[in-house]
Amino acid sequence: MHSNHQHQPEPSVMKKCKCFFDAFNSRMSFWSQCVFILIFALILFGPITNLLIWTVAETWYFPNALPSQWGMKYWYQVFNPYSDVSGSLLTSIFIAVLTVIVCLLVSVPAGYALSKHSMPFRVFWMLLFLIPQAFPNLTVYMNIARLFYDVGLNGTIVGVVIVHSVHGLMFSVWICVAAFASTDPMLERASRNLGAGPIYTFFHIVLPQAAPGIIASCIFVFLESLDEFTGTFFVGAPDITTLPLLLYTASMEGNYQIASITALILLVPSILFMLLINRFMKPEMLAKIGK
Amino acid sequence: MQNKTTHSLWLVAPAAIMVAIFFLYPLFFSLYSAVTLEDGSLTLAHLTKAFSLYSNDILFTIAIVLASVVVLAILSITISAMIVLSPFKSLVSLLGLLYRLPLFIPFIVTAQMMRTFLAKNGLMNNAFVASGMMTPMDTISFLGWTGIIITFVWKQLAFSTLLLSGAMAALDQNQIRAAQNLGASRVRILFHIMLPQVFPTLGVALVLSTVTMMSVLSVPLMIGTGTPTMMSADMAFRVNSYGDYNVANALGLVSYLICSGLAWFYLRQSLKDKGATA
Repeated sequence: MHSNHQHQPEPSVMKKCKCFFDAFNSRMSFWSQCVFILIFALILFGPITNLLIWTVAETWYFPNALPSQWGMKYWYQVFNPYSDVSGSLLTSIFIAVLTVIVCLLVSVPAGYALSKHSMPFRVFWMLLFLIPQAFPNLTVYMNIARLFYDVGLNGTIVGVVIVHSVHGLMFSVWICVAAFASTDPMLERASRNLGAGPIYTFFHIVLPQAAPGIIASCIFVFLESLDEFTGTFFVGAPDITTLPLLLYTASMEGNYQIASITALILLVPSILFMLLINRFMKPEMLAKIGK
Repeated sequence: MQNKTTHSLWLVAPAAIMVAIFFLYPLFFSLYSAVTLEDGSLTLAHLTKAFSLYSNDILFTIAIVLASVVVLAILSITISAMIVLSPFKSLVSLLGLLYRLPLFIPFIVTAQMMRTFLAKNGLMNNAFVASGMMTPMDTISFLGWTGIIITFVWKQLAFSTLLLSGAMAALDQNQIRAAQNLGASRVRILFHIMLPQVFPTLGVALVLSTVTMMSVLSVPLMIGTGTPTMMSADMAFRVNSYGDYNVANALGLVSYLICSGLAWFYLRQSLKDKGATA
C-alpha cells in the first residue's frame, strides 16, 4: 500500500511530461516543415518572378533593385505581326504539328502491335524505343546534322521535324502501348465475330477506346517539339528559327526583355500541361519503373 | 498465326526503322568516327587530342554532374520522405503540387530564368540587399559552376522526386505501421525501412538525370562563364567553329563512358543489395 502510494503520482507526471513533449515536438516539426516549404516555394518562384519582371521592364540597371521604368513596350514589339517572335512562333507551331502527325502515324500501329503479348520479341522492341532516352543525345544530333548536310536536309523543316519525331517517338510509342493495352479485347473479338473486318474493328471499336491516351501522347509530343533546343540548334540553325533558338539568340545578345517574353510563351503551356496531367498522374503509377 | 506475326512486325517496322536510321546509325557513326582515321584504321589520336585540349572541362563536367546528383538525391529524399511520412496533410498536398511545378518547364526557359535570377543584379541578390543582409557592393554573380548546378537541380528535382515519392507511396504500409508501433522514429523508418526498398528507383532517377544533364547544351552556354565549361559546350564549339567531328565525337565517347560509369555503379550497388537479401 505504502509503496503503491509513493509510486502512483510518478507515472501520471511522466505521462503529462511526455504529452507536453510530444505536443511540443509535433508543433516544432509542423513549424520546421512550414519553414522548409516556404523556402522551397521562394526558390521555385524566385526565378519565375524575375522572368515576369523582365517582361515588363523597360530599363533596369545595376544597382536598382527593381526596374526604373516599367511598361509594355516590348510586348508590342513582340506581338507585332512582322516581328521575329511571331515568325518563329508560327515556325515552332508548324514544326510541332508536323512532328505530332509523324509520331501519330508511326506510333499508333506500333503501339497497337506491341500491346499484344503475342508480339514476338516484345521486350526488344520496347527497349529499342527507349534507347534515345538512355544515351546523351547531343553527340547523336551532331552526327545527324553531318549526315543531313550531305543529303541537303540541314536547315530544312523536314530535317527538324525528323529530329523532333525521333525524340518524341519513345513517349508516343510507350503511351500508345499503355493506351491500347487498357482496351477491352472482348469488344474487339465480339466485333470480329459479328462479321466486322479487322480495319473496321480497329477504327470503330479499338481506336475510340484508346483515344484519351493517344491524345495525351499527342499533347506531350507537341510540347517536347515546341521546347526542343539542342537538335534544332545543330540541324535547323541558322535557317530555321524556332522559339527556343530565338530565345537563345536574344538572351546571348543581352536582349533580356525579348528573351523573357519568349520564355514566358514557352513556360505557360508547360505549366498548364503539368496542372492538367497532375490529376491523372498518380506517383504510384510510376513506381513500377526501375523494378 | 505466322501471318498474324508478320502483320504485327509490319506495324512496328516504320517506328523501328526511324529509330534505327535517325538514332542508332548516327550513334554508331559517332563511336566509329571517334576511334578511326580518314582511311578507316583504328587510332587513339582523337581521344588523346580531346584529353589534351579538354581534360579540365572533362573533370569540370564530372564534378558538376556528381555534385548535382548528390544534391538531387538529398533533396528528393527529403521531399518525398516529408510527403509520405508527414502527419500534416495540408502541408503535404501543398508540397506535392509545388515540387512538380518545373516538371515540363524546358531547360532553355530555366536557363533564361536563372541567367537573370542569379546574376549580380538579379532578384536573389536584390532580395538579400533589400532585407539588409548584404550591401549592393557585396553581391556576387552566381553564374558559373554554382549556377549550372542550381539550374540542373531546380529543373531535375521534380522528375527525381516524382519517381521517388511514387516508389515510397507504393511500399507496404503495414511494414511502416509495424515499425511505428514498435517505437521506431520517423527518421529511423526512413533510413532503415523505406530507403533500402526504394534504392532501385532512386538509382534509375539519378542515372536518367545524369544522361539529361550531359546532353543539355543550353544551360552551360547560357549560365557558364567561359572556361572551364561543360563537355556539351565544347562539342558544339568543336563542330561549329572547326568542323572537327573526330574530336567532338571523341568527347562524345567520353560522355557515354561517364554515363555508363554511373550506370555501372548503380547496377553493381543494386546487385550487391540483391545478393545481401537473397
